Amino acid sequence: MKHLKLLLLSLAIGALVVAPIGQGNYIIYTLCSWLLFSISAMGLNLTLGYAGQVSLAQAGFMGIGAYITALMTLAGIHWIVAAGVSISTCFAVGLLLGYPALRVQHHFLAFVTLAFNTLLFLVLRNEEEITGGSFGLVGMPRPSFFGISTNSNLAFYYFSLACFLTAVAVMWWILRSPWGRSFKALRENPIRAESLGLKIRRQTLLAFAIGSAFGGLAGAMQAPLVQFIEPGSFALVHSLKILLMVVVGGSGYFYGPMLGAAVVILLPEVLRFTEGYYLIIYSALVIVLMVFSPNGLIGAGQKIWTKFRPKHEERRDMQKGFQL
Amino acid sequence: MAELIQILVSGLAAGSIYALAAVGFTLLWQASQTINFAQGEFVMLPAFFVLVGVHFLGLPLWPAIFFGLLLSLLILGVAFKRLIVEPMLPHGTLPLVIATIALGLLLKESVKEFYGATAQPFPAIFPQTVYNVMGASVSLQDICNLAVSMLAIGGLQLFLSRTRTGRCMQASAQNPAVAEILGVNVKRMVLYTFLINAALATIASVLISPIYLAKFSNGETLGLVAFIAAIVGGFNQIRGALVGGLLIGVIDNLSAVYISAEYRAAMPLLLLIAIILLRPQGLLGTKEGRSV
Repeated sequence: MKHLKLLLLSLAIGALVVAPIGQGNYIIYTLCSWLLFSISAMGLNLTLGYAGQVSLAQAGFMGIGAYITALMTLAGIHWIVAAGVSISTCFAVGLLLGYPALRVQHHFLAFVTLAFNTLLFLVLRNEEEITGGSFGLVGMPRPSFFGISTNSNLAFYYFSLACFLTAVAVMWWILRSPWGRSFKALRENPIRAESLGLKIRRQTLLAFAIGSAFGGLAGAMQAPLVQFIEPGSFALVHSLKILLMVVVGGSGYFYGPMLGAAVVILLPEVLRFTEGYYLIIYSALVIVLMVFSPNGLIGAGQKIWTKFRPKHEERRDMQKGFQL
Repeated sequence: MAELIQILVSGLAAGSIYALAAVGFTLLWQASQTINFAQGEFVMLPAFFVLVGVHFLGLPLWPAIFFGLLLSLLILGVAFKRLIVEPMLPHGTLPLVIATIALGLLLKESVKEFYGATAQPFPAIFPQTVYNVMGASVSLQDICNLAVSMLAIGGLQLFLSRTRTGRCMQASAQNPAVAEILGVNVKRMVLYTFLINAALATIASVLISPIYLAKFSNGETLGLVAFIAAIVGGFNQIRGALVGGLLIGVIDNLSAVYISAEYRAAMPLLLLIAIILLRPQGLLGTKEGRSV
């Protein structure tokens, strides 16, 4: 079983390495944005799927990361430093925002983050001297490492892939550590978790802050990828989009956010032939999915799998024989 | 002074319409733990039903409004509850939140595709004459809007506290299990709540559309405002939603004039954060037990 898993994992990484070779710029760009939205959705999955809190500000945290990175790299500071500052700022903001909100009932974090995202949008749009207002910022340089520049799209893809794999490894480590297990305990049975000595509030707050920091990393990658940022890319709608990725993929599953990000980013391309109707079809599909499988696509897959998997059946003839 | 009166009156008028949406929001929350993220779209949509009645079926305004009300009750009330909320209730709040977000998107895009992306003029119900009160110009439309929404909310409050059905609805909201044991048809009461929400949304839609025009994207701001009003006032009280709505309307207008037009939208949000920090149960709300 362990060998099989390792084999599948190396196959998946191999596929990710091979995927962009020989593809056009547009496909490479789509793959890059899938990677960065996967990171962001993975962060939200920690908040939502493991700690059970709804955050509606993940795009806002991406915005913080993107603007900090853009401003710092435009000032000539290396990307690594800028990304570090972005991630730690998002972590700190997450702590500040979550601390009062988690003091009270569970759904208040959703309200506070909703207000925060909208406020952040207003600040980004109105403080023109720093953020460029609704015209945004342009021309962020792409980073170079040890003299190797990531200016070409293919090189930037491998840079994104490296960031993505690091983020996946960190998340995997967090979830396996005693911390991560306590997040899961919280979600499954908060009362029992508290009775075993877990500090519910502190754990949830940490999960939210770490999840936000992942958003910061995704933002730090978005600035050099698109090389143009404006407040509209970090509005509340986009937070809802990231929330959708997590839930459509399957919240609480490790690979859920990546699947969800792929669906949310690729589906518009697939449905392009329907022209104006694509958002209608798309939202209708989401409603249907939620009605029939609230655990998202992975949950639906599991349901179908357990239905068809051969079950261990009792041998009735033996029973008979036993009676004879 | 005259300016202040003017701002207060128009703020209260707008606020009373927000209150209608906010009251519906709290009712749904109480009856079925539904946080309806499509509430803004619920207010946007009935105006288009009425426009369909006027322009395509050739109905006069009042029958068209009645037609709009019927369609809203059917689609935003019965169909919303039967097809979306009911199958998802056993799965908890989160899938339902996502589904209502998707529903909002669905309604918005459908109106954009099937009716039109431009803002549509909506026939005024009340005369738009403007009176001069102590130097301030006060429009009759604002006064009528305020009066109609107050009547609607007052009537609803009376219905909930004075009639047998209303009390049954309250009982089912407070403790569905015990209500069921005492012979209340809880499912039917929840359905009534959804119908009332649809009716309130229709009233709000018909009142607000002559002012802001009917547009597919109206729901975005309306939904957010209703949401904030409900939390500021107190998530578990009708009175709270009313006070929250009026307060947001007045603060919105005041800050547009006295603070800055750019940060106008920020004031209600700051109020929301302040309320959550200082008085999480809302201005008039009562404390709910801790969830854990």
